[in-house]
Amino acid sequence: MNIIVAGVKKEVPENTTVKELIYLENVETPDYVTVSINDEFLMKAQQETTVLREGDNVEFLYFMGGGC
Amino acid sequence: MIYLKQSDYEAILAHGKAGLPNEACGLIAGREEGGDRYIEKVYLLENEDHSPEHFTMSPQAQLSAIKDMRKNGLGPLGNFHSHPSTPSRPSEEDKRLALDPRASYMILSLMEEEPVLRSFHIEGGEVTVEDLTITEQ
Repeated sequence: MNIIVAGVKKEVPENTTVKELIYLENVETPDYVTVSINDEFLMKAQQETTVLREGDNVEFLYFMGGGC
Repeated sequence: MIYLKQSDYEAILAHGKAGLPNEACGLIAGREEGGDRYIEKVYLLENEDHSPEHFTMSPQAQLSAIKDMRKNGLGPLGNFHSHPSTPSRPSEEDKRLALDPRASYMILSLMEEEPVLRSFHIEGGEVTVEDLTITEQ
């Protein structure tokens, strides 16, 4: 199955969940990453149950913040 | 080496000054070639914290910028934020929240009359200064 991850076409196994994709992609600090699929944000609790579909467009958005 | 166009530097500077007394922030995008980073576009985002000591970029604003980057064939290279009254160096909070080791973290200090913009690689709390050149074009 082909999907787009962070702008790059990737082939992943059928029925891959978002949580599995996070693992496959070696996403750093996954607890601080917001996932969007086709421009829709995913609740963290949904990562384990959300199955990716052909053509899905996934972005990983790191928490960005700080202070002086 | 990181290359930043003069016009983009001025945009970052103006955004930082417009945000005073609060911190200002945004994203940098461009391309990588042979270990060098060329910033092609800067995204001036809202500091959701509206604070002189903290900044946060919303996922919505980030996604909107990322979509624009993809559309223009650019990739995310990192972010920038201002320090209104402290030097251009990552604070402990900056280090703790530097979660993406692929990112360049640029900090614009406005504490002196002469602004200072520097770029950092931060990984596991370790900070390395990145070479930054501001170019005419």
